[in-house]
Amino acid sequence: MSTLLDSAVRKICKAHDNDPTRLLDVARAVQEKYRCVSDEAIDVISQVLHLPRVTVESLVSFYAFLSTEKQGRVIIRLCDDVIDRMHGYDRVLDAFREELGIELGETTPDGNITLERTACIGMSDQAPAALINDVVVTRLNSDSAREIVRELREHMDPQRLVRTYGRGNNAHDLIRSMVRNNIQTEGLVLLTRTNRGEALRKALSLRPVEVIRAIKTARVRGRGGAGFPTGMKWEFTRAADGEQKVIICNADEGEPGTFKDRILLTEYPDRVFAGMTIAGYAIGAQEGILYLRAEYAYLKAFLEDRLEKRRKEGLLGENVLGHSRFHFDIRIQMGAGAYVCGEETALISSCEGTRGDPKNRPPFPAQHGYLGRPTSVNNVETLCCVTKIMEEGAAAFSQFGTNQSSGTKLLSISGDCRRPGVYELPFGTTLREVLNLCDAEDSIAVQVGGPSGQMVGPDAYDRQICFDDLATGGSIMTFGPQRDLLEVVHAFLEFFEDESCGYCTPCRVGTVLLKEAVERVRDDLCEPVDIDRFQEMGKMMKAMSRCGLGQTAPNPVLSTLENFPGLYANCKKEDSEGYRRSFDLEGSVTEASAIAGRPAHATGEKGGR
Amino acid sequence: MAKPRIATTSLCGCFGCHMSLLDIDERILQLAELVDFDRSPIDDIKHISQRCRIGLIEGGCANEENVEVIREFRRNCDILVSVGDCATTGGLPALRNLVPLKECLEEAYIHGPSVHNPSGEIPNDEEIPLLLNKVYPAHEVVKVDYHLPGCPPSADALWAAINALLAEEPLELPYQLIKYD
Repeated sequence: MSTLLDSAVRKICKAHDNDPTRLLDVARAVQEKYRCVSDEAIDVISQVLHLPRVTVESLVSFYAFLSTEKQGRVIIRLCDDVIDRMHGYDRVLDAFREELGIELGETTPDGNITLERTACIGMSDQAPAALINDVVVTRLNSDSAREIVRELREHMDPQRLVRTYGRGNNAHDLIRSMVRNNIQTEGLVLLTRTNRGEALRKALSLRPVEVIRAIKTARVRGRGGAGFPTGMKWEFTRAADGEQKVIICNADEGEPGTFKDRILLTEYPDRVFAGMTIAGYAIGAQEGILYLRAEYAYLKAFLEDRLEKRRKEGLLGENVLGHSRFHFDIRIQMGAGAYVCGEETALISSCEGTRGDPKNRPPFPAQHGYLGRPTSVNNVETLCCVTKIMEEGAAAFSQFGTNQSSGTKLLSISGDCRRPGVYELPFGTTLREVLNLCDAEDSIAVQVGGPSGQMVGPDAYDRQICFDDLATGGSIMTFGPQRDLLEVVHAFLEFFEDESCGYCTPCRVGTVLLKEAVERVRDDLCEPVDIDRFQEMGKMMKAMSRCGLGQTAPNPVLSTLENFPGLYANCKKEDSEGYRRSFDLEGSVTEASAIAGRPAHATGEKGGR
Repeated sequence: MAKPRIATTSLCGCFGCHMSLLDIDERILQLAELVDFDRSPIDDIKHISQRCRIGLIEGGCANEENVEVIREFRRNCDILVSVGDCATTGGLPALRNLVPLKECLEEAYIHGPSVHNPSGEIPNDEEIPLLLNKVYPAHEVVKVDYHLPGCPPSADALWAAINALLAEEPLELPYQLIKYD
């Protein structure tokens, strides 16, 4: 073993206090330094952190942004999701492949550039997009892809690819990004410019239970999609046994088509941090963690700087705002590319430095969360709502929205519309109003809530965006008349197959079987039995999967079966002999034929089919 | 009235499911009262002679002959049942699906540690059916009506299933018969 590597890895471990719960950070640091976490490095880490080797190895294999194989100095991660595909992903990919002379997953022979695909990076409103190391490049086309490669070959500095900055803080010295905010509606509550900054002061003048009461009065529900009442979550966490409590802000905005948290983190980070601090005060926590998805690493320095400013201003740290008993600080935990980490128990696993495997519930995080401590995990947008409620009062917040869904919702709209971007609209807005606003009236289908949500058609356009009708964590994808909806369904299923953590069988296997069945539909080889299987499998996965990923993974099929039965009309055909139409005997003996040098036997009267 | 007919076959299986069927012990006399056996390894009839009520399939499909057989069963049986894990999922033989076919054959006939094969040839006779590129569960080749899991399903499970099918009654297996750990 090279002693150089050995001592460097030891140094990295030491910088993380040789703390096994910081394994993910250690692995990220090693990856950054050596462009891989090699077998040797895994040996050293497991030795120094006193972890079984397999724990380290499985962590490295779990996260998309870690690898045991050495990667290029520059990694191009092309965002591959439905929206990017609609906007020319294939052409961009081809341009990269041709210009680099390598295929997806490969590194150029000089070891300089690696080409990969990755799930949605939160740029659907400016697709196709890619991450080049931490630098985001957007609105790609085949020309710009070629130009990027040529430039990188010259200077190998991704940051130099950025020539014009997006508006607002995207141009900030610590961000310097071409990402556009695309804020399409100046907001009512969240996206407002007035920033009185009094939220925390007001909250600290109340007793914690009064803060919780205010949140309950405002009837805030979790903005991540599930819609659990925030006040109740805090109450549970506050009441749970345990000296140390934790507040985690879920900024692992991974649901394809969602990018509204990116706007909040870019333009209103203090609202997020104030919300976390207020939550910490309310539940009795001293520790806050912002879990930032790896794809948003370009925001990290900026956010760290904001945290430092808040510490200097007395808004974080010992005796927040001079309060004698309230100490609270926030650290940023970087993710490493895993959709499932948006699920709160998986996110907690990831914060603890392990694979982002979901955990069994109960116990719920409110009782037994991060490192066993009572933990409240809240969405970025929810915490911004908290700040605004403290600032403006519960009534000002709940004047918007419906009875069951108070306030406003940030929508990330992408797809076939003329005005993609972020919209803040009151809950209860109909889908038709949304489509009018974003100029997508001719949509034949809308995916509400990302792949895990549902696809609805024109007969549902008068339904309302709210928790009791069309629930969404923010993702709205619109599809115009030219789109093949089964292709969309298939892409969503591929996504779930990729992102399933593999822990439980219903999800690991079910996602593959569903995808294969949809392929049969697309190839016109499906039968009535496939429809039965969709229903059975969907029901089983919903009931038996361990976490939300598997429970929602059948939704693309189930919602289209319900709302677009025409897509599956060709499944009515059944073979008269009871043979499966999808089984191709001739095709399935090609290998053996080639090896043996003889053709297949004719089998039965229908042989060869 | 003629007795209902039953046909059975073992495709890419180990005959364990058939052994389990024989494990019904003295109830085999009752079974003989209830049904006539058509094509089956038990009586060595080579082809289904007339329409059968029930076809029991053991094993998945690993070669073209398996496909021919299962298609014969499908054409001639009212009810087709995948019996055991190989028919249901491909089972142990499907482990080869992870390895390219050529490598499988080379390991089996050339490179395997216990192989003595001076000619270095992989058996290749027209009489030997070609292997499929992977092992398929029964329902991916033909329509299958029921699946009876287990490795093998116990004699009691098989007995209960056959009786329920003959009586056209819903099958409710007690938990003990479908619990495998």
